[in-house]
Amino acid sequence: MSDKPAGFPKPSSVKVAEGTEAAQAAYPYYMQFEPEDDDRFWFYNSMHFPEPMHHFDMVTAEAAYCALGSSNTRVHSLPTTLGIDYRVINGRVYIGGNAVTDPAEIERRTKEFEQRAFYYYEHWERLYDQWKDKMKTLIKDAQELPSLELPEFEPLENVHAGKGVASNHYLLETYQKTLEGYFRMWHHHFEFLLLGYGAYMVFFDFCKKAFPEITDQTIARMVAGFEAEIFKPDDEVKRLARKAVELGLEGKFGDNVSADDVIASLEQMGAPGKEWLDELEESRNPWFNVNVGDGFYHYHRSWNDDLSLPFSAIPGYAAKIKAGENLDRPMEQLQAERQELIEGYRDLLSTDEERAAYDQMIGLACRVFPYVEGHKFYCEHWYTNLFFNKIREFGDLLVKNDIIDEQEDVFHLTRYEVEQGIVDVMTSWSNGSPTRGGKRFRAMVEERKKAIEVWAGMDSAPALGPVPDIIDDPAIVMLWGITRENLDIWMKGPADADSNEIRGFAASSGVVEGTARVIKSVKEIDRLKEGDILVCQVTNPTWAPVFQKIAAAVSDIGGSMSHAAIVAREYGLPAVVGTGQATSRIEDGQRVRVDGARGVVTLL
Amino acid sequence: MDWTPAFARVIGEKSSHSRNEQNSSVSLKHMSKEENISWFADIGLSDRPSVGGKGGSLGELTKAGIDVPPGFVVRTEAFERFIRKLDKEEPLRAPVEALDPDDLEKVGAVTKAIRERIENEPMPAEVENDIKAAYKELCGDDAKSPVAVRSSATTEDAEDASFAGLQDTYLWVLGADETLNMVRSCWASLYSVESVCYRRRQNFPEDGVAMGVVVQKMVDARTAGVMFTRSPTTGDKSVITIEGAWGLGSAVVSGEVTPDRWVVAKLTGEITTRDISNKHIRQSPKEGGGIEDVELPEAERTAPCLSDDELIQLKDIGRKTEKHYGKPQDIEWAVENGSGKILLLQSRPETVWSAKDKAPVAEAQDNPMKHVMNIFGGKRS
Repeated sequence: MSDKPAGFPKPSSVKVAEGTEAAQAAYPYYMQFEPEDDDRFWFYNSMHFPEPMHHFDMVTAEAAYCALGSSNTRVHSLPTTLGIDYRVINGRVYIGGNAVTDPAEIERRTKEFEQRAFYYYEHWERLYDQWKDKMKTLIKDAQELPSLELPEFEPLENVHAGKGVASNHYLLETYQKTLEGYFRMWHHHFEFLLLGYGAYMVFFDFCKKAFPEITDQTIARMVAGFEAEIFKPDDEVKRLARKAVELGLEGKFGDNVSADDVIASLEQMGAPGKEWLDELEESRNPWFNVNVGDGFYHYHRSWNDDLSLPFSAIPGYAAKIKAGENLDRPMEQLQAERQELIEGYRDLLSTDEERAAYDQMIGLACRVFPYVEGHKFYCEHWYTNLFFNKIREFGDLLVKNDIIDEQEDVFHLTRYEVEQGIVDVMTSWSNGSPTRGGKRFRAMVEERKKAIEVWAGMDSAPALGPVPDIIDDPAIVMLWGITRENLDIWMKGPADADSNEIRGFAASSGVVEGTARVIKSVKEIDRLKEGDILVCQVTNPTWAPVFQKIAAAVSDIGGSMSHAAIVAREYGLPAVVGTGQATSRIEDGQRVRVDGARGVVTLL
Repeated sequence: MDWTPAFARVIGEKSSHSRNEQNSSVSLKHMSKEENISWFADIGLSDRPSVGGKGGSLGELTKAGIDVPPGFVVRTEAFERFIRKLDKEEPLRAPVEALDPDDLEKVGAVTKAIRERIENEPMPAEVENDIKAAYKELCGDDAKSPVAVRSSATTEDAEDASFAGLQDTYLWVLGADETLNMVRSCWASLYSVESVCYRRRQNFPEDGVAMGVVVQKMVDARTAGVMFTRSPTTGDKSVITIEGAWGLGSAVVSGEVTPDRWVVAKLTGEITTRDISNKHIRQSPKEGGGIEDVELPEAERTAPCLSDDELIQLKDIGRKTEKHYGKPQDIEWAVENGSGKILLLQSRPETVWSAKDKAPVAEAQDNPMKHVMNIFGGKRS
């Protein structure tokens, strides 16, 4: 893509794919590239948005960047950075930082920061407890949003009560509340995030200076918690596997049996089947509200939406339980090991002065880490799951009212277009005429389905525009792991295409050779066989049950403190993340060697 | 005997001779009371003035419960007795002390004569008998039991890197007579042109010059090499760097073979670097004594010369040694052929990084929160 060694292509030189111009134009104006964007540096946010964006799903980018920016710019006043600008082209989200460089301005913002961020650090536990309550309330509110009813006549009791507002109004209200909740959720998501990552990075940087050869994963192990929410879904699957063995039901699960069939046959068998299904219900709420992706796309469905993923893990766990293996995570041992690491590295420091600084930094890092680990479950999983399922209800509404053909088609409309469709339905109900959008909306859906397909097959430049001399924006370094060094590697891109090595972050150590299974979308997850090496764009901890099957994991995107890396370490699997190019360079079925300690994948 | 003793010049070995007069005067004072021979188990680092650095270190390791090939030290007293005898017969030290280090021709002639005397004149009978007796105790009558004979300088002050000494190590030495010859060669090396010129430039008194000689069982090494309990490249104290190659360690220390290289994290045991090199030869004992280079078949060249298990064992031994000494160490080790037992051949303090330890990485803050300004304050280095 970029043959110019000096930098990346200018945004204006990126052509919208032929035949997708209308789909491109349909994204809101504020996310389209303009000529003046050529002077800025942009990078493709393939970490969060690895696949082309359905028009509706851009709401995730809107809400997230709105909230991230507010937190940085206005709430905590990060001294050196404002928020993130974003654009979308050919379905790909490019983002750019907004650094503050004027020393006087940095000083002014620093004074604000100290009154704001320091307060959060000081009162972290209380504020985090409060945060969880807020999130639970928000989730409850979303769960309690009314279903979308349009009765033929307004219920008599409403009339007699003098309610005065008819049912169609509540469609709009519910839609707006659904969106409002989503935008609000993202504010909470970023309430602590940068501060949390920042405190972690301080400790991380210290360790890298004091111990230049320490691995990222060792630093992560020193601060990681063990009872974090991300481990719970998998723990629940293990619990259910144990229960199945206890009740002699493990034979009901298998590769070729669908989740529905399993449930049906358990229902038929009476008491033991019922007992297990009751346990399943227990696990599902809330722990199966976990997505098979990052939750940023509508098709990252949760385990609750599709039980096949957790069910597929049960035979493997059951076999291990029967073989006498203990699947419980050895908490006390993990705690003791962590303590030993913390003290061991402390002892290796040169002076008591350094030890005092170390104690302060690790204290802060351990304090913030529960949030860094825990927020994802509430935000990216539980809430996004509720949100997209609510939008599906609006999809049904539009189907029922002859505007689109399929529930899922609603995601090909922008959030503004969905609202238009809803108002069309409201109007139709009120005036007794048919809805008017069917023809128009069906054509748009058709056009955009094609566009997504075209875009999915295109390569995208990892970055656009002039390369900055340094990347000093803490948000970008922390959240995306983008450094000047990375960019140089990206720019070289095709140059080292001949090499049989692909480099990334060393996420979890160990060396393994095996067959690469290139999984480009979560839909392909069932192609993974025992002992395969998972190669994917972005690894995700909610793929946890897959980790018992695979021998190693390789991803295009992700840092060594990504949750994927944590789960890989937990399972003792080698993992190399953030390679930038594994899915494009490794062929499905190819033999590869993964060296997780060095962060190298060798094509054999 | 027509074989030339193969010797490995131990690169990086530091020996500055007798800068410290106190040390040598102590050894002179007690000379008459002292034995000619000491076993490793009976000595430690504090005996350096009489057994040299290498001998003291092997004793110290033995005391710490770390496996080393068994052996003894021919103490400096033995050297002194011999030199005194020679000096009496014909002055030896005075002519050396009178040399002008810039008159290389004269230095060459005088030192050559001295070396020949050390190598050929009879030793005092008690010295010779004591060495032979110790040899017999170590090796029995078995003339096929090889030993290594290694010079052990008294002021082998590792922190003083000003003079990279040229002391000798003789490997795979067979029989008591050959052992005696090699002890003489070690002593004679103190009178090499380089050593003498150095001493003359530094104006060290010749009567302070002494040397111990280590005689220890030779390890028939399957694999051998070095390990640093502090990273030689970054100074990181949390990792152990291990370098090794097939056969005797001499190939690694002399740089004749590019060794395999691993980095092992001290606390986690994680092997974070594995550089397996093409090790084209192996140094092996030669029939009849000495060592030779053996060409290796392709498959063996690129096979790792240590297993992960052995790396972890080495790491543990390295940590134990470092803890015993209380500071980072440079260590030579070997894995014995057959038994797979790991033995240490030498350990000495790391010098490069400890000399340049710098300002603390960070200092404690009155308010711990202030540390986050390193990230958010735009002062990130």
